[in-house]
Amino acid sequence: MTRTTATGSLALAVVLLFTLGTLAAVLIRAEALSGFGPADWAALRFSLVQATLSATLSILLAIPLGRAIARRRFPGRGLLIMLLGAPFILPTIVAVFGLISVFGRSGIVSDVLGFVGLEPISIYGFHGVVLAHVFFNLPLATRLVLQGWLAIPAERFRLAASLGFRARDVTRWLERPMLREVLPGTFLVIFLLCLTSFAVALALGGGPKATTIELAIYQAFNLEFDLGKAALLALVQFALGLAVALIAFRVALPTGFGAGLDRSLRRWDAAGPGFVLMDTVIIALATVFLVLPITMIALDGLPRLLSLPASIWWAALRSLGIALTSVVVTLALALPMAALSVKSRLRVVEGIGSLTLAASPLVIGTGLFIILFPLTDPFALAFPVTAMVNSVMSLPFALRALVPALGQIEADYGRLADGLGMSGWARLRLLWLPRLRRPLGFTMGLSAALSMGDLGVIALFAAPDAPTLPLQIYRLMAAYRMPDAAGGALVLLVSSLALFWIFDRGGRAHADT
Amino acid sequence: MKTAIIAAGLAALAAMPAGMASAQDTLTVYTYDSFVSEWGPGPIIKENFESQCDCTLELVAVGDGAELISRLQLEGDRTEADIVLGIDENLTAVARDTAMFALHGVDSPDLSMPVAWENDMFLPFDWGYFAFVYDKTKVENPPANFEELADSDLTIVIQDPRSSTPGLGLLLWVKAVYGEEAGAYWERLSDNIVTVTKGWSEAYGMFLEGEADMVLSYTTSPAYHLLAEDDDTKAAIAFEEGNYMQIEVAGKIATTDEPELADQFLDFMLTDGFQSAIPETNWMYPAHTPQEGLPEGFESVVPEKALIYFGTEARDIRDVALEEWRAALSQ
Repeated sequence: MTRTTATGSLALAVVLLFTLGTLAAVLIRAEALSGFGPADWAALRFSLVQATLSATLSILLAIPLGRAIARRRFPGRGLLIMLLGAPFILPTIVAVFGLISVFGRSGIVSDVLGFVGLEPISIYGFHGVVLAHVFFNLPLATRLVLQGWLAIPAERFRLAASLGFRARDVTRWLERPMLREVLPGTFLVIFLLCLTSFAVALALGGGPKATTIELAIYQAFNLEFDLGKAALLALVQFALGLAVALIAFRVALPTGFGAGLDRSLRRWDAAGPGFVLMDTVIIALATVFLVLPITMIALDGLPRLLSLPASIWWAALRSLGIALTSVVVTLALALPMAALSVKSRLRVVEGIGSLTLAASPLVIGTGLFIILFPLTDPFALAFPVTAMVNSVMSLPFALRALVPALGQIEADYGRLADGLGMSGWARLRLLWLPRLRRPLGFTMGLSAALSMGDLGVIALFAAPDAPTLPLQIYRLMAAYRMPDAAGGALVLLVSSLALFWIFDRGGRAHADT
Repeated sequence: MKTAIIAAGLAALAAMPAGMASAQDTLTVYTYDSFVSEWGPGPIIKENFESQCDCTLELVAVGDGAELISRLQLEGDRTEADIVLGIDENLTAVARDTAMFALHGVDSPDLSMPVAWENDMFLPFDWGYFAFVYDKTKVENPPANFEELADSDLTIVIQDPRSSTPGLGLLLWVKAVYGEEAGAYWERLSDNIVTVTKGWSEAYGMFLEGEADMVLSYTTSPAYHLLAEDDDTKAAIAFEEGNYMQIEVAGKIATTDEPELADQFLDFMLTDGFQSAIPETNWMYPAHTPQEGLPEGFESVVPEKALIYFGTEARDIRDVALEEWRAALSQ
């Protein structure tokens, strides 16, 4: 099994190079650390405040929504739960497009407000960023909370009913302890995702008033060429992310997205018409909030779909190539690392794999640019570099899905396999791969979808005449080619979801879901 | 025997580039996004220049105007660029400080601009006046000056001075009008600002989408709507304090491997093959008025006063004003 150690260590080295190595490159290139000005403090404050608020709001809304879904049976319930997984893999630029067409100054909400004589609302600035983050993370929070609810054995609710528990008692004895376990991890994950958010702040932030540290890094690097400031901000960002990630590791994190969420709990305590009405309203409102922007993308994009310029289809092909490369690289990194993690029982392995949660894609991109430029033309390597960085960024999710599954396999069959002398390829092919189908399918789908929609590193490495699809959409929006951008957004939406679905379904084939 | 084959192969390889050189010479020009876009001047200028240079003109879009310099600094001596086109006068001193540009070597360029040109490193290709543009059907009482703008409820979209030349233009415009009080003015203006975009295109698109009442653009922007869309609802405001002037320039990279082509391009830039494309694709005044003259609508708004800083003065003011701007708007 030394081969496991070797390949695992190699994968670890690659990840370390991409995270700490690139950070070092930025630091070395930056001659002196320039001071942290008032605007930088404002960026730090904004990052923390918006992430706190976004995570809090997402959770506060997710609790009633998760409960409502857990205890109700209704047509389309499975679909709604599937939909809750969508925003996480929804390309940011697409979501922003959809949100603008709903909440923008000339969007649906403003139209309705204008109808009753009220001022249109603006989606730009602090509330716009928070709104977008809630749109992205409410579904994630709901799925995690829902998982907590469904993890409560049905017998307990039956027992509670036979003991004559009312809703209040159920909350106290069954639900609150569960929430206490699930919520801190959920909060931290969302907090971290919002803390390092870049594209949302770029598209909706609107100037120094609503700049995250991540965006400030991009600005210092790309707009001012102030590598000292970029490095300083990168350090702050890294330290923040690391601190949160470390806390998150102490808190029991909810695992993955969970399967089999389509079960519903029979709840005798919440059978009254008042409860039914409340749950119905909650579910309806949440569905509208989540579905409307996505519907708008489809409505705006469909009429244009058949007459899209060829450049969009080429960009889509490029993105597809990057996404598929990214899947291969993710597997090449994640499997050896998961194996090493299980074999060595060292949590540090998964910790290193999750470093990218703390490192920002823009610092990685900047560092890579600095490392690559003396050696070769970084723009010629834009696609492999983008695929690599995307892979590294999806590694924490991949490990979270693979490590527990592989651990279980090794616990169940490890000794048997050892006894049969199965090692290396044979063990991988005969034992791991067949049993890892589901987490692997999920990992591949997630990695492909995230990579397909990524608008981070490519912003730094942008090949001018060969953009990826998200970049092309961003450029079309920037050039006021809204119909084409809408068509592109629809293509991107469909291809991201399709990629995820194909891989994830492929992983579930022959498995009874 | 084997070595002979290898030698022959190497010789053939070595001979190949030389034989194809004239057809394959490529001049790489870094410029801003909207210049390169299919509706910008890029395609016309590429065709016109290639028809006379026996070369390939590669126009590379590098974000909005001011980003050009940071991209150059990032790439250092290994940059592929031979020419940088699209920074403006406000940035020429910053660009000079990078020590990456060569002198243009044109003694007395034939220009038709309202100001004299004495820069030995950068040559202008077009110019215009920054102005706030609004929709006449929506804004009834447009502000006549900066004070009225800040006191009004009108919403505006502006551009980031770190990435875009209009954003930087407004920064210096405010500085020219308010001097020491510029920071305080930005604080007063901040509640009018819907958002600050990275580039001009984003801001203008948002304005057209109705996300704001006004946008920072050019006095010539309404001409675009008039000529290209037959729409006369857009108007630009000449402020009582005067309007800031922009002169867009190009310069030659010192380490270029195509010095002659680069010189040829700079010469071409001031001829009709380039200049006649400017008014109706870049919607600016050409630096050298082409033979056919200016299209209709280009004289609609003439500022009461043209404001501009040159060279190092612009650079020094920019550094101070940028910190004021960031601090005031991050409140």
